[in-house]
Amino acid sequence: MESPPNLEERIGEWRSYMLGRQAVHQADIEELEDHLRTQMKALGECGLDEDEAFLVSVKRLGDLDSLSREFAREYSERLWKQLVLPMGQGEASADGTWEARLAVGLAIAAAVAIKVPELFGVSVDESYGFYLRNFSLFVMPFLAGYFAWKRRLERMVCGWLALPFLAGGLIVSFYPFNPGGHTDVLVAIHLPIVLWLAMGIAYTGGKWRNHKQRMNFVRFSGEWFIYYTLIACGGGVLMAFALFIFGAIGLDAFPLVSEWVLPCGMVGAVLISAWLVEAKQNIIENMAPVLTRLFTPLFTVLLLVFLITMLWTKSVIRVEREVLIGFDLLLVLVLGLLLYSISARDAKAPPDAFDGLQLLLVVSALFVDAFALWAIVARISEFGFTPNRTAALAENLILLVNLGWSAVLYTRFVAKRGPFSSLERWQTTYGPVYAVWAWIVVAVFPILFHYR
Amino acid sequence: MDISKDLVAASATPLVLAILSKGESYGYAILKRVSLLSGGKLKWTDGMLYPLLHRLERNGYVEATWGNSETGRKRKYYRLTENGKRELVLQQEQWQVVDSTLRGIWCVAADLAPQTV
Repeated sequence: MESPPNLEERIGEWRSYMLGRQAVHQADIEELEDHLRTQMKALGECGLDEDEAFLVSVKRLGDLDSLSREFAREYSERLWKQLVLPMGQGEASADGTWEARLAVGLAIAAAVAIKVPELFGVSVDESYGFYLRNFSLFVMPFLAGYFAWKRRLERMVCGWLALPFLAGGLIVSFYPFNPGGHTDVLVAIHLPIVLWLAMGIAYTGGKWRNHKQRMNFVRFSGEWFIYYTLIACGGGVLMAFALFIFGAIGLDAFPLVSEWVLPCGMVGAVLISAWLVEAKQNIIENMAPVLTRLFTPLFTVLLLVFLITMLWTKSVIRVEREVLIGFDLLLVLVLGLLLYSISARDAKAPPDAFDGLQLLLVVSALFVDAFALWAIVARISEFGFTPNRTAALAENLILLVNLGWSAVLYTRFVAKRGPFSSLERWQTTYGPVYAVWAWIVVAVFPILFHYR
Repeated sequence: MDISKDLVAASATPLVLAILSKGESYGYAILKRVSLLSGGKLKWTDGMLYPLLHRLERNGYVEATWGNSETGRKRKYYRLTENGKRELVLQQEQWQVVDSTLRGIWCVAADLAPQTV
């Protein structure tokens, strides 16, 4: 015969039920548990056995719903999920405090690092190009280090992880770039991408081949971007006030702001954002999927209206210098919308109206891009293959392939002829393609185009 | 006889404050005391006492400290503050007004009530 669950197990169960209520906190449960046990002891002295005493005591405490409602009335702020930062909190775990210290320490270290070149006479004003090319090298190693520590990366993996950073450093230091030239700018744009993806190896704890881990990295990247944007806005306000209040007493704070606050803040915020995303992971709703839900319909409408207008008025896309880059960014945006709705979706749920909308968005983006590509390819001989145009064209094709196949997989899913997971898997499988291409732009393009 | 919910809720604050004015106490003991004083007629759902105590704490009428029970478990003790004492006096005055008014009206009502023989 199975023995009845013992008392401690039942109390444990009761505790976990209570803990599930947002308005009831750990300390309240401890207080209630003391009450429960005292009550049970008193009932036991009256002759009830343990089981009976437990049942009566729990009943007398009141049912869970009304009790938690009562707590919620007293603590309405608890219904808003609060991100409690571990710093300066008495009850916080030692781990959390350590992590907070490390994150802030690394942020300060990155802020110091970005000022080190100045000691050697490389100032922001004069060597703008140097900072543009190098800034990711000053911050990404710290971020990778943070995750290497957090995921307890093995030594071997750490060694491998150092390679892309070393290679990136060597390339920007020893390639004879033509300042302000095409390849110079291309490297400045692509090196952060390369290093971000390399940092992904540390983020996934070395398990970057695992598709679930890759998806986690995608989620992290989106949340990080949102946090970074928010911090940047706050930083902008801070700097504007700095200029204003010092201006009010007749002092010009611009040199201080532009040479110290801005660069140090920019690199420091990278680490702080990453730490915030890690800290809040389980506490607060992810923002990226929420924004996706909001903007997918809006962008779908925009693209459809654009397509209809274009066909109606028989206008053609005017091919100007930057038009290709603009359409690249459009595809990146659509891909982002797709990616973040995938990242938040329950893969087992059947297709719904939103999936149809998403598919419509992808297909209309493909059409818009096809028109643009048509116009560009038709005239590419006229422009010739400059490094910029080659990179932009190849990137357009890379994104087009991704979105094209995504549209196929999505259609299959909506028509109930394929699982959603295949779409998810396609996205995570495609990840390394971006990394490889970004490396080609960073490492091969300058040589290929003679550092133009 | 069960006392109505509203009345129980209204009397809860002065009762708790009055019990705490006799000295530091904790949830279970407060409930025992209420039950004893009312002869078991005032029935509270045990759990509801705690949000009330926390509200009194937030308003500054009581202060709480974590101590240990006789068996060594963690237990939260509540003590009346100076603010709480003042609040208790106020509440007493209010209740006395209600009480005396009701007493007055009970006498009149008793005269008006239909005579049952």
